[in-house]
Amino acid sequence: MSVQNLNSVDPFAEEELLGGTQDVGSGADYIHIRIQQRNGRKTLTTVQGLAKQYDLKKILKAFKKEFACNGTIHDDEKLGEVIQLQGDQRSKILDFLVENDVDRSTIKMHGF
Amino acid sequence: MASEEPLFDPSLKKRKKKAVAFTEYPLGAEADPTAPAPETIDNTTTTGEAVDLGPSTAHEQMKRNGEEGGKTEDDDFKAMFGDMKKKKKKKEIPMDLADGDSGASTPVAGASAPAITEDLDFSDIKKKKKKSKKAALDMEAFEKELSESKSKPAADEEDEGEPEHNPNLDIDDADLENDPFAQPSDVPVGVDLGNEPWLSSDRDYAYPELLTRFYSLLHAANPALLSSSSQKRYTIAPPSIHREGNKRSVFANVTDICKKMHRQPEHVIQFLFSEMGTTGSVDGAGRLVIKGRFQQKQVENVLRRYIVEYVACKTCKSMDTLLTKENRIFFMSCESCGSRRSVNAIKSGFQAQVGKRSKNRPA
Repeated sequence: MSVQNLNSVDPFAEEELLGGTQDVGSGADYIHIRIQQRNGRKTLTTVQGLAKQYDLKKILKAFKKEFACNGTIHDDEKLGEVIQLQGDQRSKILDFLVENDVDRSTIKMHGF
Repeated sequence: MASEEPLFDPSLKKRKKKAVAFTEYPLGAEADPTAPAPETIDNTTTTGEAVDLGPSTAHEQMKRNGEEGGKTEDDDFKAMFGDMKKKKKKKEIPMDLADGDSGASTPVAGASAPAITEDLDFSDIKKKKKKSKKAALDMEAFEKELSESKSKPAADEEDEGEPEHNPNLDIDDADLENDPFAQPSDVPVGVDLGNEPWLSSDRDYAYPELLTRFYSLLHAANPALLSSSSQKRYTIAPPSIHREGNKRSVFANVTDICKKMHRQPEHVIQFLFSEMGTTGSVDGAGRLVIKGRFQQKQVENVLRRYIVEYVACKTCKSMDTLLTKENRIFFMSCESCGSRRSVNAIKSGFQAQVGKRSKNRPA
C-alpha cells in the first residue's frame, strides 16, 4: 500500500503553487517593472512578480505614500497580483525595492 | 631570406600606418609568438594577445565591483548609438580630445589604478570611433592575403617584425613623441613609487591589486593597447522615428536595422512591443507604426537592450550571431566564437487596461 514513490511531494501540486508568481520557463522569478503609455503624457507603471511572502497591500501603501501617486492591486489570473501605479515610477520603485533588500539582479526594468 | 626581410618590413609599416586600424594585429602575432625582439617589447606583445581579450572582461569586472551589474551592461552598448549621435552632429572635436586624453591620462594613470580604468574606458570609446568598420575589414582581408601569398617562414618574419613596430604606431596614435624604448623603462618606476599598499605593510598582495597593477603598467607602457584591445565597433543606423498624427509613431528603418542585426523583423518588433507595452503594425512600405508617442532616444534604448539580449554574443561580445528556432526555443549561435546558447522567449507580461473599457468589450 505504501509505495515510496507515491508518498513524495506531488510535482503537479507544487507547479500550481509556483505558477502564479513565476514566469514559467524563464527559470528565475524576476520582478518586472513595466511602463505603459496612456493618453497624453500620462503613464502607468506596473510591478509584476513580487514574491508572495510580501504583503502587497502594505507595499502599495508605502509606494503611494513615497511616490505621491495613486495605485491599485490588480489580480491577474495568470500573473498573480500586480501593482499598478500612476505615472512613471520605475526608477523610484527600483530604488525602493533595492533599498529594502530585494536583490537587484532579480528585478527587471522594462520600457523605454 | 634575410635579404627579403627589409623588403617586406618597410612596405608593411607604411601600409599599416595608412590604414589606421590594427585591431586584428595582435591576433596575427598570436599565430607565431616567436620573437627575438628586445624583452620589454616582447612582453607587451605576448601579453598583448591575452590582453586583447582581457580588458573587455577584467576591466569590466573591476568596474562592476564599483557599479551595479545592470548598469555596466548598458554602458557597454551605449557606445553604439552614442557614436551615431556624434556623427550626426558632425563634431570632429571629440576625436582630438580623445587623443589628448589618452596622452594626458597615461602619466596620471600610473599613479592610481582606479583612475586608469576610468580613463581607459573613456578613451576606449572615443578612440574606437577612429576606425571605420570597413577599414578593419580591409585589414583582415589584407592580412589574409599576405599570409596566403607568402611562404610560412616569411609569415614568421612578418610577425616578428610587427611587434617591433607596434610601439611606434602606438605612440603616433597617442601623439606622444617619446622614444619607444625609453617608455617601458620609465613608466614602471613611476608606478612602483611607493604606491603599492603591500610595500609598507607585512601582508601579502591580493590578486585584484596585482591585476590592477598589471593593467596599469601595461597600459602605461603602451597606450595604444587601450584602443586596439577593444574589438571593432559595432554600429547600426539610429532608428528614425517620426510622429504620425497625434498618437502614433512611425519607425521607418526597422527593416534596415533588422537586416543589419541579422534578425527577423517579427522578432525585433515583438520585442519592441512587449518592452514598450504597446501595439502596432507594419505598413505597406515596411515601416513600423507604433501606438503611442515615442522619441528616437526611447526606441534607441529598447533596441540597445534587444542587442544586449539577443544579438551580442555573451561569450565573446561579437555581434556576428545567428538566431534560430528549434522546438519552440530560440538559440543564438555565435559566428565568430562558435558558442551557442538559448535565449529567453519574448514575453509581453502584464498589460494593464488602458483606454476605454467599452472599446475592449466584445460585442
